[in-house]
Amino acid sequence: MYSYSDFDHAFVTERNRQFRQQVERRIDGSLTEDEFKPLRLMNGLYLQLHAYMLRVAIPYGTLSSRQMHRLADLAEQYDKGYGHFTTRQNIQYNWPELRDIPDMLDALAEVQMHAIQTSGNTIRNVTADHFAGAAADEVMDPRPVAELIRQWSTDHPEFQAMPRKFKIAVTGSANDRAVIKAHDIGLRLHEKDGVAGAEVVVGGGMGRTPMIGKTIADHVPMADLLPYLEAVVSVWNLLGRRDNKYKARIKITVHEHGIEDIRARVEEVYALIRPTFTGVDQTLYDTIKAQFAAPSFTKRPVSAFDDHYAKDPVFRAWADTNLHPHRAEGYAIAQISLKAHGETPGDATAEQMRVMADIARDFGHDELRISHEQNVVLPHVHKADLPAIHARLKAHGLATANIGLVSDIIACPGMDYCALATARSIPIAQQIATRFDELKLEHEIGELKIKISGCINACGHHHVGHIGILGLDRAGVENYQITLGGDHTETLALGERTGPGFSAEEIVPAIERLVGAYLDHRADRDETFLATYRRLGMAPFKTALYGEQTAKRSKAA
Amino acid sequence: MPREFTPKVVTANALLSGEVVYLTANDDWSPRLSEAEILTDEAHAQLRLIEASARQSEIVGAYLADMAQCDDGPRPTHFREEFRRTGPSNYAHGKQADL
Ligand code: HEM
Ligand code: SF4
Repeated sequence: MYSYSDFDHAFVTERNRQFRQQVERRIDGSLTEDEFKPLRLMNGLYLQLHAYMLRVAIPYGTLSSRQMHRLADLAEQYDKGYGHFTTRQNIQYNWPELRDIPDMLDALAEVQMHAIQTSGNTIRNVTADHFAGAAADEVMDPRPVAELIRQWSTDHPEFQAMPRKFKIAVTGSANDRAVIKAHDIGLRLHEKDGVAGAEVVVGGGMGRTPMIGKTIADHVPMADLLPYLEAVVSVWNLLGRRDNKYKARIKITVHEHGIEDIRARVEEVYALIRPTFTGVDQTLYDTIKAQFAAPSFTKRPVSAFDDHYAKDPVFRAWADTNLHPHRAEGYAIAQISLKAHGETPGDATAEQMRVMADIARDFGHDELRISHEQNVVLPHVHKADLPAIHARLKAHGLATANIGLVSDIIACPGMDYCALATARSIPIAQQIATRFDELKLEHEIGELKIKISGCINACGHHHVGHIGILGLDRAGVENYQITLGGDHTETLALGERTGPGFSAEEIVPAIERLVGAYLDHRADRDETFLATYRRLGMAPFKTALYGEQTAKRSKAA
Repeated sequence: MPREFTPKVVTANALLSGEVVYLTANDDWSPRLSEAEILTDEAHAQLRLIEASARQSEIVGAYLADMAQCDDGPRPTHFREEFRRTGPSNYAHGKQADL
């Protein structure tokens, strides 16, 4: 795992020292809120509906058990005993007090964590495949590249006041678990003719104008990657629409100018700046790469796993749903669901964080990951240890067997916390999960991704949900719009709107009707919701939602 | 024709805790909406907002929020203000738990 250099330490310590003084000056009245706001946002501190919110970066979602313990300590000492893991591999604390923030940041710095560039118009926390370094299908570990980008982008003088925030995601597998086509820049690492490099995708994004990223370069060799990225961000930094914040993202720039024009401009800038990269970045990359060396996997019998699997149906259900193939023999990737039925998606209590940290320390080579689906991952566990791991998880409400199922819902904070929200998201997620738990249909339904946002900013990824739900304000009443057919993988697709939205009371029954229509229409048990939707289109689902008459009428319209 | 002025309260977030607060008739900031001063006169409301906004070392982002005037005090007319009054609805751990 990456370990801070002396420079990193000094940098974070100095930033925290500055911010401590700024907080003091705000409290003693020498700074106004207008003066203070940009300073607090530079340090990940928002003011939300009911309290401050501190957003802490978890670079490429990777954590050690010591770091997870520290996150738990902060939740207990400075917050209400829990934290909220987000789709951008951050953790958000919902209730800190202004006075405590500098202490929180110092406590984080002690374990090499920070909140820098988790807000503002900068390059945000670089996200990556949460199975990095572990997945059986991986070609290259995306984390060293993500770390390199983090170091390059942190406090990069040219990129501190851009037209808008900028998000980069990296995957090293053909199966995209980092949603690269919905990011400002998405990187897919691969080898071409024996040379390691990246396919560079630009101009994807969610928000009010969702767009699918376009490939600007098929293969940029690793040695040229940073200058190439710098060229892309520079071109957008100049062209980006500073006149209108809704049009400021690179997706609009790519849309307005066309990918060919952007590519030509990028190549021009690239040619200019390439010589200024002397190769130091590659030396650094090699150093970083060494720090991400795989743990030493052991060869042990897996019979303990097989025995338990045969005799314990609860363990079997969990293993079938929450495990993922590992590259090493006898090992598995275990996913811990933070979506227990009826709970808030992505929340973990301090105690749960400690349990997960301890399991990682005892059985998981001391590593944890946060997934963009708001779950926690144990990337390297030996199968023989899984019965013991499962028992510990179960004792703390962490053994829900629902990864990828209907109750594994991504939900943004919505109007329960977020100042920008137009409706609530979390209670809808809670009600849907509870309802399908009552119906005992989850495992029968199989893979189905529901994603909910409380406003058009789309933090909950609703555009790429198989079923997307967008909460809106219709004349002072919460209203929920449904989209179908979104896909967050390498075959990324944006969902299509079904028609008029539903009230808070109507939305759960509406989702139930949609799922019912899928069960009625699927070719067989192996045909997923998404596959059925792709085969049949909107019509049967529209009928399920609105009835025969309405469905026909809206088709005619 | 100018629109009729509807009842309002001055609300903001407390500087130190970030908590939702309301301006009372005797110039305190209260976490309880029931204690807020109901403003029914437009000119008076504007004045109260200006006074409140000047109190930078106590609060952040003061504004006038629409209310209905009921027997037991002001009541939010929009669900956003209702959630600001009651705290998160996922489980009782916000304001509902404390007040
Ligand atoms: C409550 C605090 C939050 C605030 C104030 C906030 C703010 C925003 C804003 C303003 C946007 C729009 C960006 C644009 O289109 O330019 C956005 C998008 C986004 N946010 Fe949040 N957000 C919050 C919480 C979260 C959480 C909890 C998550 C994860 C569950 C999240 C993940 C995202 C993602 C993935 C986007 C996607 C849009 C994109 O970048 O294309 N945010 N957020
Ligand atoms: S989607 Fe909207 S409501 Fe939800 S967290 Fe993002 S900004 Fe807030």
